[in-house]
Amino acid sequence: MALTLKHLFAVIMLSGAFSLVSAMLFVVMDAVDVAFTEAAVGAGVSTVLMLATMALTVRVQKETKKPILLPLVVVCLVGVLLIYGTLDMPNFGAFDSPAQAHLGSTYLNITYKDMGIPNVVTGILASYRGYDTLGETVVVLTAGLGVILLLSGLKGRKDKE
Amino acid sequence: MDSNLNFIFGHLPYWLFIILMLSGLFIVVSRGNLIKKIVGLNIFQTSVFMFYISIGKMKGGTAPILLDKSANNSAVIYSNPLPHVLILTAIVVGIATTALGLALIIKIREEYDSVEEDDIQKMDQKDLMKYNKKNVLETNS
Repeated sequence: MALTLKHLFAVIMLSGAFSLVSAMLFVVMDAVDVAFTEAAVGAGVSTVLMLATMALTVRVQKETKKPILLPLVVVCLVGVLLIYGTLDMPNFGAFDSPAQAHLGSTYLNITYKDMGIPNVVTGILASYRGYDTLGETVVVLTAGLGVILLLSGLKGRKDKE
Repeated sequence: MDSNLNFIFGHLPYWLFIILMLSGLFIVVSRGNLIKKIVGLNIFQTSVFMFYISIGKMKGGTAPILLDKSANNSAVIYSNPLPHVLILTAIVVGIATTALGLALIIKIREEYDSVEEDDIQKMDQKDLMKYNKKNVLETNS
């Protein structure tokens, strides 16, 4: 749908709906914290940002003829390689997969003893990986500064011309 | 035969996520509109998140929020919390990059009066040709 639609409003709304559906999928796969974040950030904030961008730029996509064969070939090639890569993976939800064998259960055992928080994901995020989360906020700060710097020159330029 | 079916159903989620990811990649590569490119990038990103989360899923497991004081000797199975932590960080970083990309689009539209890749490239080409001609004239005179 996003391929053929010309009205960007519909495209952006569909992208928001996609985020919401993916949040539900995260709940199904036991990642409730991720689902919260995806619903708030992916379906909420990013949709609003895209709508604001659309309001400041254009609403309807221009009719353009782009070659479709080369992208299709590239995408198919990447897809074949990726699917070939999954052939070695353990089954979905398997108990004996390498991802389950090591650290995951350790954190499940020690988080409550160390922090007293029953939510293991929050415990790891805020404590064991506190510096990483701090770095993440630095990334968000940098991005915010970048957006401000990019957009602060807008009005002045228009007045000058 | 049974093991074959088991293999296919066990890997089907991964393949679906890959197909979703490829549709995002296809939008990024084949569409000229910059806002659509960002939407495609978002789809790409979210499907990678799904793939990561699916690796942490355990059959019959529940969300990693402890029901007892310790997971040590309880009968409850918890899914792996580590991919969740990773993806939480990734989502927030993703929205930061998306915001920056959208700001860049607004700036591009300010300069070029278009958000279509073709128009922008055409204008760049024209500018380049003009610049080259001017340089040639200056070096000749």
